[in-house]
Amino acid sequence: MTTMETPVYAQLGMTEEEYRSVVSILGREPRPAELAMYSVMWSEHCSYKSSRAHLRRFPTEAPWVVVGPGENAGVVDIGDGWLAAIRIESHNHPSFVEPYQGAATGVGGILRDVFTMGARPVALWNQIRFGPLDQPRNRYLFNGVVGGIAGYGNAVGVPTLGGEIEFDDCYSGNPLVNVMCLGILRKEQLVLGTAGEPGNVAVLLGAATGRDGIGGASVLASASFDEEAATKRPSVQVGDPFEEKKLIEACLELYERDLVAGIQDLGAAGLSCATSEPAGRAGLGMDVDLDRVHLRETGMTAPEILMSESQERMLAFVRPDNVDEVLEVAERWEIDASVIGTVRADDRLVVSHDGELVADVPAASLADDAPLYHRPVERPGWLDDLWSRPFQPGEVPVIDTLLDLLRQPGVGSAAWAYEQYDHMLFLGTVVGPGHDGSLLRVAGTGKGLAVSTDGNGRLCLLDPRRGSARLVWEAALNVAVTGARPLATVDNLNLGNPEKPEVMWQLVEVVEGISGACEALGIPVVGGNVSLYNETDGADINPTPVVGVLGLADPMPALPPRLDRAEPGMEIWLIGPEPTDNFAGSHLERLHGPAGGRPTAADPEVGLAVIDEAVRLAHVAPVLHDVSDGGLAVTIAEICIASGVGATIELEGTAELFGEDPHRFVAVVTPGWDPPALGRRIGVMGGDSLRIGDESVSVAALAEAWRGAIPEAMRS
Amino acid sequence: MRVAVAVFPGSNCEHDVVRALGTLGAEPELVWHRETDLEGFNGVVLPGGFAHGDALRTGAIAALSPIMEPVRRMAESGKPVLGICNGFQILCEAGMLPGALIANRDLAFICRFVEVEVVDTGTVLTAAAEPGQMLRIPLNSYEGNWVDPARTGRVVVRYADDPNGSQDRAAAVANEAGNVVGIMPHPERASDPLLGSDDGLVLLEGFVRSLRASVPA
Repeated sequence: MTTMETPVYAQLGMTEEEYRSVVSILGREPRPAELAMYSVMWSEHCSYKSSRAHLRRFPTEAPWVVVGPGENAGVVDIGDGWLAAIRIESHNHPSFVEPYQGAATGVGGILRDVFTMGARPVALWNQIRFGPLDQPRNRYLFNGVVGGIAGYGNAVGVPTLGGEIEFDDCYSGNPLVNVMCLGILRKEQLVLGTAGEPGNVAVLLGAATGRDGIGGASVLASASFDEEAATKRPSVQVGDPFEEKKLIEACLELYERDLVAGIQDLGAAGLSCATSEPAGRAGLGMDVDLDRVHLRETGMTAPEILMSESQERMLAFVRPDNVDEVLEVAERWEIDASVIGTVRADDRLVVSHDGELVADVPAASLADDAPLYHRPVERPGWLDDLWSRPFQPGEVPVIDTLLDLLRQPGVGSAAWAYEQYDHMLFLGTVVGPGHDGSLLRVAGTGKGLAVSTDGNGRLCLLDPRRGSARLVWEAALNVAVTGARPLATVDNLNLGNPEKPEVMWQLVEVVEGISGACEALGIPVVGGNVSLYNETDGADINPTPVVGVLGLADPMPALPPRLDRAEPGMEIWLIGPEPTDNFAGSHLERLHGPAGGRPTAADPEVGLAVIDEAVRLAHVAPVLHDVSDGGLAVTIAEICIASGVGATIELEGTAELFGEDPHRFVAVVTPGWDPPALGRRIGVMGGDSLRIGDESVSVAALAEAWRGAIPEAMRS
Repeated sequence: MRVAVAVFPGSNCEHDVVRALGTLGAEPELVWHRETDLEGFNGVVLPGGFAHGDALRTGAIAALSPIMEPVRRMAESGKPVLGICNGFQILCEAGMLPGALIANRDLAFICRFVEVEVVDTGTVLTAAAEPGQMLRIPLNSYEGNWVDPARTGRVVVRYADDPNGSQDRAAAVANEAGNVVGIMPHPERASDPLLGSDDGLVLLEGFVRSLRASVPA
């Protein structure tokens, strides 16, 4: 609630203490435009002030890392002169306020993060979470978010290869919309977000600047929600995929012709960020003339221009003798371009507007002097109580339980969503949506890039460290079943209010869990994002880290495993450890009631052996499928549905069939193969029914339940 | 033989078309939409995408782009002209094919493989196919629902089922002469078994054969 008495810094989301540090940096009271810049740059969203101290724990180094965390995207070397750029981001808060535009601009933003590095974006994924679909508002949000992803992604011309969808009560007041993008580039095309040298010219490319999205980073993304959320709608940006498409092509041409020294996209904090960060990274300053910025509307003030989060804009740093050529490229691709500034030899960011000086600050101070909080950390007292009440299902009716699981929108087919996304553009999608991981071929190299993302809020509520470690192991196994070796990780940490010590404890545990698993796997974290304040009316979401693992298949299997390649007579093998009776965080537990118990921990030694086996088998087995959501019974059912073939399974027991313990996958193979050490034969493909013990169900009935999961829920 | 692949701002399938036609022995070249001369080309492809951001109406602005003048001249002189997806929409908007493409029946974007049947082999696109041949090719569109109130269109490929409400289940339509064809599913996306199907090759091979028979403008 804003009143006349509220100081301006507080209206902009700053604390009094933060305001005092601005005064101390400048040695005077800040001008309005300066205060605007510090308020957005020092927001939680931009500065990571609550999480930064803990994120240092992540392992970030490996010989193949070209660019680690801190730039717009992580970049790794995939050999033969090729690099891969990857980045994940959240657009949770905007998507709750305005689902279509919130999701659409999330896609636009993540694309810019990747093509800022010099890469052509080749694939998108999204990880989206909502409350149960029996509530109309959740259906509205789900429909709007999927529509926004489709509307933007399809039109911008980058394929969306799916991702993951989870439903849980805790997301009703705070849906999660995470987006991830992969790009590829030639080594020599790598560009960084640096201003380069003094005298370089700053050229603003793309859409005109308007009043949309002002304070998006500070007012919206860095605060909690209450009943007044709808009044924040003007803080949500509006996306234009056509403008972005032209911007991508224009920028790629600039890189190809080596016309830019550095480039930065305009996302959160707009021009404030795009001028100060590249200047700060180069240890330089910049003169910026806001009168040269091409505007969408008249009468905009300097703070508005500096804070605007209008989409589809990039700031390129260009040697003076290249400026004309840059402007010609912009003209050819039919995008606007303005020369708005010059890089200074000193460290000052000097901004003028209407012929007057409106800001004169040390450029690097906006990023480097941001507050760093060591917030109190405390293990929640309720956790022991949860651990003391594990879910114990006993014996369950196998087929009824299986059908119930397949009908869950978070377990059944996600085709309702991904068939609205163009997932085939660029002729690279070898393994697409509906599989454990995506596999893209890299044209002309014989290599494949595999990507999988995993999240599981319920598992991480019960044990954020074990839960998040298991996400890394699961994503790694998912890329392995396509034939790829894990190469790097990105993560998006969606958590509640960091001012609560329990939430900070979850953050610390999640970082530890991801770090430990990555170290065991020998893969670095090359980028990430933290989204805090995911709470509404005081209730925090389950801690929901989302982990993306990038893998390299070199060479790519000639015929990589797919779910639809099983044939009658093929044997079904289960590879991995024996399951335990632990159902903590499983879908069977979700079906029956509240979360309880402590999840099974990942076992690095077993995990590595299983991944090795999966990579090896991917070159010989027609089908490999990870055992995860819903357990083994669901894994087998999905193979039967995709291949249109029944199966007979010689296993029984709730733990065997519905447990979700880690490090397990199914291989469907031709008889007479060389059985792996960790494997056991559990059945055979054939017929048109799935038989488990003495129960059976037709594949058609399985398919009906599985395919109808989301469509039925959307009709409810 | 040279074939022009027109690129409008917002086109996105141009590289895929170039790659697929290139492997079949054609010499595809990207040509920007402001070009007014297609001399030396045996034919032209308008690829899929979102030309001009689908502003106003899908294909409406692209139909007025400078390149459409030489495309029209090629069509009138009997040279092979192929529109895929958005290219099909542009050819309808330009009046070079009958009918129009409106939103899918279920008002949702559709991206999936569909079964289609070749019902007319007398066009530049279907010249290498057998009558009645069934093909599995990806559909990828929101405005894929062809309507032709005057019923003058020549349907050359039909959907086996009815994914989008298209009149006569039309997936591809030709002009009377058969040298201008628009197809909604993407044959270039079904050009490699690794991607799920190579059924689109028979269509692209037919088009390349037609290019070969065509004398450059």
